[in-house]
Amino acid sequence: MTQAVLKKQERVSLALRELFRKYGYAPYKMNKFEAYDLYVANKDFLVSDGIITFNDTDGKLLALKPDVTLSIIKNATDGETSKVFYNENVYRISGETKQYKEIMQVGLERIGDTDVYALYETVYLAAQSLQAISENFVLDVSHLGILSALFEEIGAGERFNGKIMRLLAQKNAHGISEICKEYAILEKQKDKLFTIVRTYGDIQTVLKTLAPLCESKAMQEAYNELSAVCGLLLKTELAEKIRLDFSVVHNMNYYNGFVFKGFVEGIGEGVLSGGQYDRLMARMNRKAGGIGFAVYLDLLEGFGECKSGFDVDALVLYDDATDLKTLAQTVNSFIADGKSVNALKSQGKIRCKELVDLTGGGK
Amino acid sequence: MINIALPKGRLGEKVYQKLKNAGYACPSIEENNRKLIFENEETGVRYFWVKPSDVSIYVERGAADIGVCGKDILAEYMPDVYELLDLKTGVCRMAVAAKKEFYDNGERTLKVATKFVNVAKAYYAKKGRQIDVIKLNGSIEIAPILGLSDVIVDIVETGTTLKENDLEVKETIFPISARLIANKASFKFKTKEIETLTDRLLQQLD
Repeated sequence: MTQAVLKKQERVSLALRELFRKYGYAPYKMNKFEAYDLYVANKDFLVSDGIITFNDTDGKLLALKPDVTLSIIKNATDGETSKVFYNENVYRISGETKQYKEIMQVGLERIGDTDVYALYETVYLAAQSLQAISENFVLDVSHLGILSALFEEIGAGERFNGKIMRLLAQKNAHGISEICKEYAILEKQKDKLFTIVRTYGDIQTVLKTLAPLCESKAMQEAYNELSAVCGLLLKTELAEKIRLDFSVVHNMNYYNGFVFKGFVEGIGEGVLSGGQYDRLMARMNRKAGGIGFAVYLDLLEGFGECKSGFDVDALVLYDDATDLKTLAQTVNSFIADGKSVNALKSQGKIRCKELVDLTGGGK
Repeated sequence: MINIALPKGRLGEKVYQKLKNAGYACPSIEENNRKLIFENEETGVRYFWVKPSDVSIYVERGAADIGVCGKDILAEYMPDVYELLDLKTGVCRMAVAAKKEFYDNGERTLKVATKFVNVAKAYYAKKGRQIDVIKLNGSIEIAPILGLSDVIVDIVETGTTLKENDLEVKETIFPISARLIANKASFKFKTKEIETLTDRLLQQLD
């Protein structure tokens, strides 16, 4: 009964909080407001540009929090591993229509060591989180270390790298070909970029295709890390639903290493997004690594809920002539049977499975 | 079943022919009627016609799995979609045009009339040129003639309209052609179907 009352979003939120607790994550509660400075210094890290701001009584500029990760990092203690999860509303201005949006997010952050086990555990938790939403899911995983090592090898500069990242995100092979021509990239390196944009799918096949590409030391190191984490993931029951795909790209000024994005069949956008943000930690003068992800619960609105076509199981109609004791008994008997009931003087627009008319004394 | 959003008009019809030749025919779409959605269970496709500038919205939000959309729309709205193929059709360019005698000496804010506000802003921001964007929804060419703007940023195909109105292209911003785009989530769950369609369509382009 309790589960039935909950909406899909609430059920998922509950399941995720339970899951995160099992893995030793502690709840994190934060303020609705933060100083605007925190966000403005890391504006590109935020998913949306729009931040809702206002002045406090001293004239200081505050923001309705558009993001949770930055606050968690700010409050983390150096030298300690902190594992927290949150269930918070964030506030953003939506792109085209410029409307204010309140978005319900559940997520976790792990700040401290990001060794192979920590990376594996976070990716596995992301996959389990998607499973809590639906059995039909895909978690796309990528490793930015491989891309940055390849960019170093190519050595064509920041502008080139930025363009390629955008094209990788679009799986845009013809675009990559044009840019490589424009920058006169060597055939061998162009082929590597092509392999990366065209290779996606199950873990083992992609790792096999990727191996011969990793010639430089940096690329090999990234590959070894990816392959070590994948080795652990392959032992899990969700391995089949975890795919390697280099079209998952997050801003390299903040993210490095593992990045991932989760999709559920029937929802047109990614419902989970996360990654390793050691570079953001460094920018915020933190001497530790960090990895985390968020699940966008607002996208689950109406997902997987079958509409019953009825507002209540039973509707009891009464008027001034109705015996109130009979009315109360009738209502309570429905409740005792585990049904929902509404007692009203007129039906209005209410849709019910059963109608009990006690008007005019119930005759 | 793959849901395909096609842009209303000549470009959409041209691409449908290519899809038909690639084995994705849908006889009901060729009938002259007012229906909006056309389905062929045998070939596993459902087509629908939408306004060209809306194709990317249908695809980005997952109402369509794939769609056909000009590079101009992709550059203007930057939808979060996969761009799987350059269909090499509907070829034209995004350009800056003005009256033949116009010369931009950079002394004052440049007045730019356009439908493509984001493209214009990005182009002039890169050049460090201050502009005043005037958003118009059609008949852009008339703006410089009536003195509403100094230049226009618009799609130029043959240049005939410009020539007839005493205007000329001053700079080309980027080339345009139709692209096959896909919703990112749909691609995950219909990978094989979308890959097959892309490969078959690619063969039609050669």
